[in-house]
Amino acid sequence: MKKSKILIGVAIVAIAGFIGIAADHIDAPAVQGGSSDITDFYAFQGSNTSNLVLVANVQGLLSPSATGSASFDENTLVEFNIDTNGDAVEDLVIQATARDGKMYFFGPTAPTQPGTSSTILTTASAQGSVDITPYGTDAIIATSGGMSFFSGPRDDPFFFDFAQYSAIIGGTATSFNDPGADTFAGTNVLSIVVEVPKSMVGGSGTINTWVESKRKQ
Amino acid sequence: MKFRTIKIAALSLVVAATAYNCSNEKMDNTYEIEGVDSVGNTIKGTYIQEDQMARPAVNTVFVSSGSKDAFNTTVPSNQGAAFQSMFQNNLLALNPGYTRNALGLDAATFTSVLATDVLTLSLDGTTTFFDGTNVLTGRALADDVITVELILIFGGPDALTGMPQNVGLIDDHVDGNDVAFSSSFPYLASPHLQ
Repeated sequence: MKKSKILIGVAIVAIAGFIGIAADHIDAPAVQGGSSDITDFYAFQGSNTSNLVLVANVQGLLSPSATGSASFDENTLVEFNIDTNGDAVEDLVIQATARDGKMYFFGPTAPTQPGTSSTILTTASAQGSVDITPYGTDAIIATSGGMSFFSGPRDDPFFFDFAQYSAIIGGTATSFNDPGADTFAGTNVLSIVVEVPKSMVGGSGTINTWVESKRKQ
Repeated sequence: MKFRTIKIAALSLVVAATAYNCSNEKMDNTYEIEGVDSVGNTIKGTYIQEDQMARPAVNTVFVSSGSKDAFNTTVPSNQGAAFQSMFQNNLLALNPGYTRNALGLDAATFTSVLATDVLTLSLDGTTTFFDGTNVLTGRALADDVITVELILIFGGPDALTGMPQNVGLIDDHVDGNDVAFSSSFPYLASPHLQ
């Protein structure tokens, strides 16, 4: 009996841990619900297997009615970090920031300095820009130097039965349903997607990647 | 009482999310951009870190509530030293019966891997969070990352060989996205329309 109580406790704490949540949606007080809140990060091989695709999603939990007026914050820099030698320190960055309806990309290139403070690398030899796709129109794609760029609203690719977690927290359930229900179905995010040749980020082997948002001071 | 605190915290987050949907503040466009060349003149300055992520749900699950902003602004190379013990304590609070997980990792080893929050990415082939064979070689859009994490936290050492623990907690039974992804750039699906 005591053991089952512990298990239920475990479930409740687990669910609470995920709340807010999801992948990184509204994960911390300083960023939750704000324009710099990263909701998700994806990194995978492209349909052209010589390329990698990096995806950063921000401003999650957009309902369709809220999506048309959602916009990228021009004071936020989204930075993809790439560590090519296994020390968890970025050797290359790809920076993205919005200005006046366009998303500008700089890199991959070495940062001026690694860490939590950045300047935008406007002299990088690899760079490009793309018009931010307006809500309700076909995806606008730009290519430059072997790279492809997109930014704009997308379906939130994250999926998770958040509602059943809530039910467990509320004490009305002790386990998941089968089938579950995707609480993120029908919601949108603002996405930044860049496809880059592997040859520009290390070529072969394994790299470490992560994404950061940084605010102009 | 602890559970009540958690519930209140959970509720406040839901409220925060709801409130956010109502406040799409229009940003002040003070920049006059003619092209990339002039961009350099408008985006000069220092940008300071606010958020960071690599593997999904790491901050949410393993970082204690008072440390979430600190985790987001600690560089990955310092995260292990700063947060591994917190991760281990929180893992064992989540699952007091944890011994090893399906990867054979004990609590110290598993949380040591998790605390340095970077996503390893293979440049040589399959890129997946976990597909039954490849482990942490990337994260594809269709990867069922939540279920993988639930299995590793709650499922015990034999979760993938027919003897999982905490069977009701290791799969949310949402196995894929609500709409199909594209096989070509930009891969993510078009947004839901009104």
